[in-house]
Amino acid sequence: MNKLIVSPSPHDENYIKTSSIMLNVIIALLPALAAGCWFFGLRALLLTAVCVVSCVVFEFLTRKLMKRTNTIGDLSAAVTGVILALNLPVTLPLWMAVAGSFVAIVIAKQLFGGLGQNFANPAITARIVLMLSFPTAMTNWAVPFFYKSSADVVTGATPLVSGDASYLDLFLGNVGGCIGETCAAALLVGGLYLAIRKIISLAAPLSFIGSLALLSFIAGDDPLYAILSGGVFLGAFFMATDYATTPITTKGKIVFGLGCGIITFVIRHFGSYPEGVSFSILLMNVLTPFIEQLTRTKAFGAKEDEKK
Amino acid sequence: MRKLNGIKLDHRKNTENSATVDFPLPSRVKIPMSMNMGAPCQPLVKVGDEVKVGQKIGDTEAPFSVPVHSGVSGKVAAISEYRAAGGALCKAVEIETDGLQTVSEDVKPPVITDKDSFIKAVRESGSCGLGGAGFPTHIKLNPKAAVDTLVINAAECEPYITADYREMIENPDDVLGGIDLVKTQLGIKSCKLAVEANKPEAIKCFERMTEKDDSTEIVTLPSSYPQGAEKVIIYNSTGRVVKEGQLPADTGVIVMNVSTAAFLYRYSKTGMPLVSKRLTVDGNAVGAPKNIRAVIGTSIREILEYCDAEIDSVIKVISGGPMMGMSVPDMDMPIVKTSNALLAFKSYDERKTSACIRCGRCVRVCPMGLMPADIDRAYKTRNIDELKQLKVTLCMNCGSCSYVCPANRKLAETNQLAKTLIPRN
Repeated sequence: MNKLIVSPSPHDENYIKTSSIMLNVIIALLPALAAGCWFFGLRALLLTAVCVVSCVVFEFLTRKLMKRTNTIGDLSAAVTGVILALNLPVTLPLWMAVAGSFVAIVIAKQLFGGLGQNFANPAITARIVLMLSFPTAMTNWAVPFFYKSSADVVTGATPLVSGDASYLDLFLGNVGGCIGETCAAALLVGGLYLAIRKIISLAAPLSFIGSLALLSFIAGDDPLYAILSGGVFLGAFFMATDYATTPITTKGKIVFGLGCGIITFVIRHFGSYPEGVSFSILLMNVLTPFIEQLTRTKAFGAKEDEKK
Repeated sequence: MRKLNGIKLDHRKNTENSATVDFPLPSRVKIPMSMNMGAPCQPLVKVGDEVKVGQKIGDTEAPFSVPVHSGVSGKVAAISEYRAAGGALCKAVEIETDGLQTVSEDVKPPVITDKDSFIKAVRESGSCGLGGAGFPTHIKLNPKAAVDTLVINAAECEPYITADYREMIENPDDVLGGIDLVKTQLGIKSCKLAVEANKPEAIKCFERMTEKDDSTEIVTLPSSYPQGAEKVIIYNSTGRVVKEGQLPADTGVIVMNVSTAAFLYRYSKTGMPLVSKRLTVDGNAVGAPKNIRAVIGTSIREILEYCDAEIDSVIKVISGGPMMGMSVPDMDMPIVKTSNALLAFKSYDERKTSACIRCGRCVRVCPMGLMPADIDRAYKTRNIDELKQLKVTLCMNCGSCSYVCPANRKLAETNQLAKTLIPRN
């Protein structure tokens, strides 16, 4: 007689897995990575490889050390590696990239319980730690196509500092900056791909970019320049949409995006740092549990809770 | 107006064009004394007794219950212990059939003159909700609140199942007769026959038949799961919201399954109680998927064999649909009043559960607007206040959250476990 499998309903599932979601995020990051390689040379690819490998290795080792299940198969560590690399200047020494991966995976992610449990975006945390630890190396912006010129690495200011890039150059990424943040077009393609595949919601990116543009306009800055320069698109589409560290509901996502836009604007306009995207996302990550509390869905037919 | 969430499922209605065939009379049946919601019955027969078709073989004094009848003629071979789907033990009457199918002299059309005699007749018919939940029909038709609308649930939103669809296609007159009967006896003015959009034939057929009848409206429901859930179908066909703690009747609505309505009509004409059932037999282990009509108490194994199932390679059997049906632990169990499908599978892979990534898919699909991911967290810490605030008691176990979860978390199951933590007041 054959034994039958007995389990509670439902007995069916769709075929979306955590790893397929992560794979789609990696696919969506490829245009930005390709643009980075085009503008900043193949070292961009090397740096990305180092970040991905070290993130995956750190994930494996930490889980092993903590006697937990191996989770490198869910590809989330690889995603963190790619996003981290896109947040680095191409000239960064490789060992610093490894240090960044350590901060992202071990400190920001695994010490808080791993995937889904971390309160702060690992890549953002790593970028900020590197920025504060190695400010010179982290702001050593290569100019596009320097690798084709005969001179040694030629560096220059980012458009946020210089303020003189054309819209087209900003949109295509023909400016100085981190590997993956300069090409708004590639990031837009990746972001829309994720939105079409229903992997991310556009609520946070749109409210982030929209509020930043609006505030810049009100303050008399050039709104288009403000959203196309710096890390806005990379942050809005790939980090303000991180599942674990942003609110679940659409209302919450909009609040999150607004917060990011406001903080980015305040730092850029009034602060001493030229760029505020990373800080804004990290600060909003911290606020996420409170946003979640206030933006829960209303159950269908629920009676209002008696006030306590 | 709020739009309720839902999910797109692969309908897999492979048997929609398979006309119902009568399953040959089995040599032995096993009829449980508890097949639906309500108190179990006590057997009215002893081992060795002769029974006839339609004879009452089990009943109880408890008002929230329905009697049980035999669908075969023959001799009672045993009274055995039976574990019902809910886990409780009850008795089961096992009858060896004599093949004559002699009809009991008790089987005669009931005399229905007013509401009371109607309700009494409905109880005697042994009827319960045939959509799967099995709520006693005579209780449902006798609500305390005033009712003005009858919603006929013909959504059949679960994959595979076409039993209700076949009822509509094969016996449309019985369906409309049942609607008329209930409307007349309960003094209900309007009826909504709610059908999911994936059954255009049935919609066309009933629209034609009710052309001259202003009181019965055919409502086409969107093709998204779970349209057949009571609160969802009430909302989508009448716009009324059944609030937390309310019954449908509190909003003036009675919801009845389409096959139940058709059965009531036939009972009013013939007096033959609920002794057989149409079932969809499907699943990847079934060689010849079809709709059959079988006597209640027939063993699942015999039905699967009849439909060319590869019995030896079957590893999972579901009674009902894949979303809300129950696992069958043993193929020798009988079909019961609430069975509407038997699905047998030879492959069943269950992915491992991994950590919640907080993607929010469960929140976006929940028709009740709940947050299963948060309920999962609150359940882990046994945080009862939080679970109350998250309204877990509103979960109807439609399974959509588990279905879409990329981490394959058992969210629907957790919701049911979490409900048990909340004290009833």
